[in-house]
Amino acid sequence: MTALIDIKGVRHAYATTAGPLPVLNGLEVSIEEGGFCAVVGPSGCGKSTLTRLIAGLMRPDEGEVWLHGEQVRGPRSTVGMAFQNPVLLEWRSILKNVMLPLEIVPNGLKGKAAVERARHLLSLVGLEGFEDKRPSELSGGMRQRASLCRALVHQPEVLVLDEPFGALDAFTREDLWQTMHDLKEKEPFTGVLITHDLREAIFLGDQVVVLSGRPARTQYVMNIARSAKASREDLYTAEASERLTILRHQIEIAQGRVPNEVAS
Amino acid sequence: MTGRLRNFLVPLVAMLVFLLLWEALVWVNGWPNYKMASPSDLWPAYVRYWELFLVMGWQTLWRTIVGLFLAVVVGTAFGMVMGFSRTMREALYPLLVGFNAIPKATVVPIVALMFVGAHDFNTILIAFMISFFPIAVSVSIGLSTLEPEYRDILRSLGASQTTIFWKIALPKTLPEFFGALKVSVTLAFIGTNLMEIVSPHGRGLGALFDSGKTNSDYPLMFAVLIALALLGIVLYYIVVGLEKIFAGWAERTPG
Repeated sequence: MTALIDIKGVRHAYATTAGPLPVLNGLEVSIEEGGFCAVVGPSGCGKSTLTRLIAGLMRPDEGEVWLHGEQVRGPRSTVGMAFQNPVLLEWRSILKNVMLPLEIVPNGLKGKAAVERARHLLSLVGLEGFEDKRPSELSGGMRQRASLCRALVHQPEVLVLDEPFGALDAFTREDLWQTMHDLKEKEPFTGVLITHDLREAIFLGDQVVVLSGRPARTQYVMNIARSAKASREDLYTAEASERLTILRHQIEIAQGRVPNEVAS
Repeated sequence: MTGRLRNFLVPLVAMLVFLLLWEALVWVNGWPNYKMASPSDLWPAYVRYWELFLVMGWQTLWRTIVGLFLAVVVGTAFGMVMGFSRTMREALYPLLVGFNAIPKATVVPIVALMFVGAHDFNTILIAFMISFFPIAVSVSIGLSTLEPEYRDILRSLGASQTTIFWKIALPKTLPEFFGALKVSVTLAFIGTNLMEIVSPHGRGLGALFDSGKTNSDYPLMFAVLIALALLGIVLYYIVVGLEKIFAGWAERTPG
């Protein structure tokens, strides 16, 4: 079976005044259809560059990014994105914000069908009754929920999340993790999640990729088999703490704090 | 309803208090009207020259609006060019700042000589020159500070630059634009009057002011100033009204 997202041998450097700054150096990520890959790594290691590559917002110097058997050469409307900053448009209601992608993508739902679709998604994330509010009238967590709806409204094949829960308080964050699982059950998608939170990574991902420090390469991959419905209790099992310990150790290697004897 | 009445009554009462204080100031000091006219001196001037006030006021008003309209068009164009291209921003900014730093009162005689007799054109030109800078700056800042995520959301869906401009960049810049327009509207008014006062055989309220000066009709001069203030208030609130319609979303309810 071929993977839905396939990132092969990607290298990339940004041009800076001090010369080229390599950010990615041998990135290998492969995600099955319907999979959810959490990417963790030290700060500034090029994780956000990865999201831009998948979204087709930039092309790597070297290597290939494949999406559904096609090489990514530019933006494609089969991707949905959400960032740490929910970037909702203040002059639109929540409903109109969620409908935005439908106005852009070719063959997007129009008129009544578009409204129905947006309302349906908003009800899935618990924002029923807030359709006509302005973004400024909502809390940070609610804004992020709306942003997730916008990322999913055009039924993208791939959902790219760049630290979407990073700016939220711990309780709201855990609520949104649960929301992600609920969404995934009802709105199948393949996901890539960039995060700094290891608990978030093991709770949401069925694959956790650890990137090395800059320039980033794939340092470690952990597969997490999921069967039963996820619940918050999963985070407090012996298995979970074992996974966290391994990931924590991998991060320390990536940060260069301990010699790399496990990864090699 | 009480809210509306209040919105209307409070400024009205403030204005009346201002007029009373003015009257009292002149009366207490016993100033003659050539030193400072009092509000009660103005009324006869309006009664006597009401036709002139209407005609001249209209002259001033339409030229200010045309100048301001040009400032909006040209200022927005400059702002867009500078907002989207860093090179153009670096190239144009010092030029615009330098141009803006020149006191327009010094430009007035130059323009008057350059286009002798073209009074309408000259007036509009000065109104435009004095008022386009804030608009250019605010639009360019609004566009250049657009967070990259906003762009990315649309770009990742395959949206064109034009779509990004209309759907995001333009509406997001509107609050800044209207902020600048509020400054520009009063500036344009000053520009119009500068030209009207200076150029010979001028028209408009500025010229009426000048003729009051020539004829030593001091109450008339003060009456013109108050008429100018009233027109300025009207224009300003028209802009506020437009802002409410097009950028009302940016206003947050306090508390």
